[in-house]
This record gives sequence, structure tokens and C-alpha cells, in this order.
Amino acid sequence: MSNQTLMPGIAAHRLPAEVVAENFAHYMPAYDRHEARVAADRCYFCHDAPCMTACPTAIDIPLFIRQIATGTPEAAARTILSQNILGGMCARVCPTETLCEEVCVREVAEGKPVEIGRLQRYATDTLMEKGVHPFTRAAATGKRVAVVGAGPAGLACAHRLALHGHEVTVFERRPKAGGLNEFGIAAYKSTDDFAAREVAWLLQIGGITIETGRELGRDFSLASLEADHDAVFLGIGLAGVNALGVPGEDLAGVRNAVDFIAELRQAADKSALPVGRDVVVIGGGMTAVDAAVQSKLLGAQSVTMVYRRGKEHMSASLYEQDHATASGVTILYGAAPVRIIGQGAVEAVEFIRDGESFTLRADQVFKAIGQTLVGEPIARDGKKLVRRAGKVWAGGDCAAGGEDLTVTAVAQGRDAAEEIHATLMA
Amino acid sequence: MADLTSDFIGIRSPNPFWLASAPPTDKAYNVERAYQAGWGGVVWKTLGSDGPPVVNVNGPRYGAIWGADRRLLGLNNIELITDRPLQVNLDEIKMVKRKWRDRALVISLMVPCDEESWKDILHRIADTEADGVELNFGCPHGMAERGMGSAVGQVPEYIEMVTRWVKKHSRMPCIVKLTPNVTNILGPAGAAKKGGADAVSLINTINSITSVNLDSFSPEPMIDGKGTHGGYCGPAVKPIAMNMVAEIARNRDTAGLPISGIGGVTTWRDAAEFMALGAGNVQVCTAAMTYGFKVVQEMISGLSQYLDEKGMALSDLIGRATPNVTDWQYLNLNYVTKARIDAEACIKCGRCYAACEDTSHQAIAMKPGRVFEVMDDECVACNLCVDVCPVENCITMVELPKGAVDPRTGKTVGDYANWTTHPNNPSVAAAE
Repeated sequence: MSNQTLMPGIAAHRLPAEVVAENFAHYMPAYDRHEARVAADRCYFCHDAPCMTACPTAIDIPLFIRQIATGTPEAAARTILSQNILGGMCARVCPTETLCEEVCVREVAEGKPVEIGRLQRYATDTLMEKGVHPFTRAAATGKRVAVVGAGPAGLACAHRLALHGHEVTVFERRPKAGGLNEFGIAAYKSTDDFAAREVAWLLQIGGITIETGRELGRDFSLASLEADHDAVFLGIGLAGVNALGVPGEDLAGVRNAVDFIAELRQAADKSALPVGRDVVVIGGGMTAVDAAVQSKLLGAQSVTMVYRRGKEHMSASLYEQDHATASGVTILYGAAPVRIIGQGAVEAVEFIRDGESFTLRADQVFKAIGQTLVGEPIARDGKKLVRRAGKVWAGGDCAAGGEDLTVTAVAQGRDAAEEIHATLMA
Repeated sequence: MADLTSDFIGIRSPNPFWLASAPPTDKAYNVERAYQAGWGGVVWKTLGSDGPPVVNVNGPRYGAIWGADRRLLGLNNIELITDRPLQVNLDEIKMVKRKWRDRALVISLMVPCDEESWKDILHRIADTEADGVELNFGCPHGMAERGMGSAVGQVPEYIEMVTRWVKKHSRMPCIVKLTPNVTNILGPAGAAKKGGADAVSLINTINSITSVNLDSFSPEPMIDGKGTHGGYCGPAVKPIAMNMVAEIARNRDTAGLPISGIGGVTTWRDAAEFMALGAGNVQVCTAAMTYGFKVVQEMISGLSQYLDEKGMALSDLIGRATPNVTDWQYLNLNYVTKARIDAEACIKCGRCYAACEDTSHQAIAMKPGRVFEVMDDECVACNLCVDVCPVENCITMVELPKGAVDPRTGKTVGDYANWTTHPNNPSVAAAE
């Protein structure tokens, strides 16, 4: 099939299927054994290591890297997973450049950090490829806990609860577990169905039942969960998407970036996914970057990310911004959308920057200006849920205190599980 | 470019870098390529008696230890002396020497410990026109089990006896190669001198097991499930070798005996250090076996640049550090230093803190913002922080001037004074 990047409108198969497959396959190749040893050798084994402090799940990074360096990546994986059961996914999606690697003393000294994320992936992949689940469930406690949402927070919470011997039921509104790991992470970061494999691996702990297609407020109430369980954990994420609030938002071709990203993740043949010739992405976070980069990988001719504030305010890291521009995405800063123009379908977007307006041609517009909490099952702390109300705990993107990162969701789910365990066993 | 021409016991070479007797020097092909690369001389791999040559194992001969990025730090081997027919070696030596007149070519020898054997081999090599002989009293494996190599080198009387035979039956310059597998190197070195050796070379390799295979439970290198100790060499052995060189250079009975320094010489700097301690030249093996013959070019350019920068001739370097090697008892106990951490250079890894806090004198404070500071009132100046710091010159030892008060001891820094006069020294009290 010929190159169809120039065809106007929203079209599938802009690039041959094998080209698209290749585009999505090689974002950050895994280390081989030698590369891992060489990378691990660069770690100084710092005292009270800054990387460990920067990690929301407080993984003992110097220890796991030393375990890799001494030829025991499986022990390294155990070190990682004991703090972060989704360490495999976090190794792929953590913005390490703003967390552990940003504070690595070698980043400070040489501008070249120890590649902690890739080392973590090497360790966790090694263990998971062996099919080993390194933890054993404690004796059953007879306590029953409901977890709402099978995303990173819910899964981390469920695993830690099951580890302590509790009986856990996870309710998930979507047809598949994984949450944003399954539906929200860019496809090129989670190849080979990793999210689903990781969930299957995690469930080897036992004591966890996942009920998919079951939504809070539709299929059951919080009160019924509380009545039937000793504790409830809410990891319901942010199901709503912020509207632009500008005229033309309802035109055909304007859609939420998160839906596009989710569709891409579930598509068997990504090249079959239609994408615009001229794509405009509005927003400055990871979702915006993921939508923009993937549009490019699918063969969009021009992709422009437009963010209302300056480069330094963008919640996507500089590394992610560079990745976007290197992928062929244009980023415009300091411009806010005024209206979306078109007859039935989008044709252009008008923006205003420094008092002057300009128009970008667009046959597809992705909205990525943030997600919001839907429903109000327990009290709020600002825009998010309080972390605990009675026998209900909350964690992950829906709860206060996080940064809407997979790794903070894992930390909150894990910590909630420890609190629940302490409360139930008191 | 400084003149690196070397004259070692009358053997001239364009530079002081020789390849040691070892696999790199076991045939004309290698030796000629080494000369082409720039090596000043070679010691031809050890020849044995005429007759059926020795045989080597047919499995691995080498074991290793590695540093970061699999950098080879130490190598050991269980290879024996040449396994090629004697006449082949002799013909090649003669051919090579005729072709490369300006390079040094010394023949290493190892034959049974009787006068006839030595007389015979010396007779056979006489017309090769080689520049000298090196007596291999060092090999610690295999040949030692047959009463040769280090079995001779560990008995000073044998060293003296064989050296005497060699001097009696040959007019060639004679270098005695010593084994480090002894409690005191001065015995063997003194014996070589007494026997009439023109020089000693050291160190030969060290008895060693480099690793154990934790699946088959055999030492490495493994031969059919078994291993034997091999001879250890490479960068890891340099400190041991340098101490032995210095001991010979500074000892009253052996001082002045020319030394060919061997043991982990990898860069020009290593060579310069050996020579400063008293070696007249150096011999190299592991560096060549690791990186190929070309390494000599860095050694030549580096040593030359160093001598130019110092305004020194090569002969000025030899033994320059020897007078500064002394006994512990003569070290100045009033030399007081304190560690200083350069906050600008510090990358805040905290290794100095961990080392000092856990294993030394709790003399480094960790302050907010990961600022590390030395507490002078606790610092004993052990230098461990300097050694574990990944940034060169970030931590330095600063000398307290005379008259300053050491905050740790409360004492004023005074003039030179050592243990021999210290009030705590029992022998000082006994003498009173």
C-alpha cells in the first residue's frame, strides 16, 4: 500500500501496517545482559541515595543495581517489587528524568545519570520472563476487602492485601483489568501486551478475584460494598475529561485524547486506526504528548501540540517534549484555543497568543487538558477524594496527594493496603 | 621528545619497554610484530632442555578478574614454558635478532637444576647473537612441580648456585627472574647477586586461584572439572611488585643491583613509577595480552611527555623515589593532615560519609542538602574518604602547618619526630 500521509481528512492506513508496527515496536529497547552490567557498574551505591528518596515508592535503587551488577537480577527484581509490585510497568512509563534519574549524582556530575529505569526493566523482565512470582501469601485472615478499580492503585492495593492474607475482590468497570496501564499508556511504551501480562503475573499471589464490567454507582453502591466487606479501597481514577469550553468543540473530528490512546492500545492492527492528516493536540501533559507522538507514528502529515503556558510549565517533562519534537511533532507554547472552525467537521482551530490570533489547519483535534473525578463517593479534599473516610480508603489519580503518575498510584495503593491491614488486624 | 634510549646492563634498546617472557614472545611472528609496534625489547618465551618439548593443557589456560565494564584487572595462567621444539626457537631468535639489531632480545631459560643441563642450553644458544639470558626462577605452576621455576626461586642457595653456573658457562649478561611467592624477596635477590647475576627481574606471577565455578565447584581455569593454582599478573599485582622492587633497591645488601621491573605495568605512568622506585627498565605482558602490541605507543609518548615536562632524562628518573621509601618507624608522627571536601566538586554521593561513619572515625558530618563536611576534631587523616570518593581531587588531605593546633589532639604541630623517639615506644623506655 502506498504512502497516504497526504490524503486529507481522517483516514486509516496512512502508512503500511508493517511500518506502523515497526514505529510502535522500538521506543526504548531492553538492555541485554552485558549492557545491564555496564550500566549497573556506573552506580556509586550512594549513602542515603537521592534516587531512592525521589522514588515515590522508595525502591532501594542502589541495592537493586548492585544486585544486577553482581549477576542476580532476580534478587534485584525482588528488591524492586517488594516496594512496587508494578515495577515492570513503572520501569517503562515512569518519567525517570524528573524522578530518580534527575537527582542521580551522576546526572549532577556529568549530565548523564545511571539509567535506573532501564536497569529496573532489565531486572523485572528477567524475573517475569521466568514466570516467577517472588512473594508468598500469608495465611488467610478471613477478612474481605473490596477494591474498586483495577488500575495501578487498585492492583497495588489488592496485591499487598492478598499478601497479608486478606480476601480481595476487585471491581473494574472496563472489560479488562489494568486501568491506565492497559488503556492510558502510549502503545509504544507498553509493547507485547505487557500490561495484561503483568496483571496475570501479579495475580499469581492468589486471593484476588477480579470482576470486570462492574461499575460503582451503576452496578453496585458504595454502601453495599461497605456492608459486604471489612474495608473498601477506591482506585477509580479520573474518568471525566475536561472540556475546552470553546465554540466548535462538538464538531466531528474533535475528540478526547484519552479515547484515542485507549483505542490504539486495544487495536490489533494499529495501522487500521484512522488519524487526521493535520492533527492538533491541545494540552501540555503526558496525554497530549502520547496522542501527538502516536498520531505521527500512524502517519499524520502534520501534528501540532498547543499548550497555553510556557515550556517550563508543561507537565510533560523536557525529555518527553524532546521526544515529541524528535518524533516530528511541533510544539507551540503560550497559545490558548479560541474556537474550533468547520462545517460539520473540524477544518481549523483558532488560537490566541500574546493578544494575536492565528489559525492552524486541522482535520483532527485531540483534547488533552486534564481529566476529572466523576462521582463523589466519599468526601473530597480539593478536587480529589480524601485518602480515608471510615472504612473506605482512596488512592491513585482519584485521591489527593498524588501526581497522577503510575508510580504514585502504586505507592498510594500499597500504603492504603498497609493501613487497611493494620486497621483490620488491630 | 625526550630520549628514551635505554641501557640496561649493557643491553641497549630504543626505549625501556620490553615484553616479558610469555605467550606474546613465543615466536618470530609475534616478536617481529611487537618490534614493528615499537617495543624496545623482548624476553623470548622460556626455552627448556633439548628433547621432546613440554605439553600444555588443551583446555583453558587463563583465569581472570574484572573491574567495571569487564576491564581486565588480573589474569592468571597455567601455561608452561615454550612447547615448540628448541631448534625452531633458536633459528627464529637468530633470524629475528639479525633483522632487528637495535632492539633488545633476551632469552629466558629454564632447565633442570644440574650444571650439565645449564651448560648444555647455554652452549646451544651461544650463536643466536641474543643480548642476554634471563633465568626463569619464577614460574609457580607446573614446572615448579618438576623442580624448576619457582621451586628454584624459593631456595636462595639454588639461585646462587645456578647463577654461578650460568656466569661460568656464558659471557652473556644474566638476569635472574624472581618469584614473589616467598616471604622475603631480599633472600632470593641477595642470592642472585652473590651468584654473580648482572640484574634481577621481578615479579614473576603469584600463586592464585582467580575464581571458583559455583555450578561445577571447580577452580577456574577449569580443566575437566579440576583446576590448579596459576600465576597471577596484571594491574592487580602492581602494588605487590613495586614493594618488592623498592625493597631490593633500598636494601643495603642489594642496592645497586639492576632491576627490570615487572608486574602490572599497563600505562606509561606505571612504568614511570617502577622506574622511580629503582627499576632500570620494565617488562610488560598482561597489558599487551589485553590490548595488543599497540599499547607501547602510549607508553612511549606518555613517558616522553612526562620527562619533558619534568626536564628530566630517563636516567634521572631511575631510583628517584627510592630514598623516600623508608620503614614505618621513621615516618614523621608530627606530620598532621586533615581531609578537606571541595563542596564545588562534590557530587553528594555520600560515600565518604558512609565509609567514615561505618568503618572509620565518624569524622564527616552530613548536613541538610547533602552537604558533607569534615570535622577536624575527629579526623585522624586516614585517607579512606579520599580513596572511596568517585571524584578525583574532590577530597584532599591538607597539611597543618607547624605551630598549628590539631583540634583532635589539642597538640601543637611540632618538628619531625618518629616512633623511635616516641614516649609510648617501650624500647625507648628500655633504653633509658
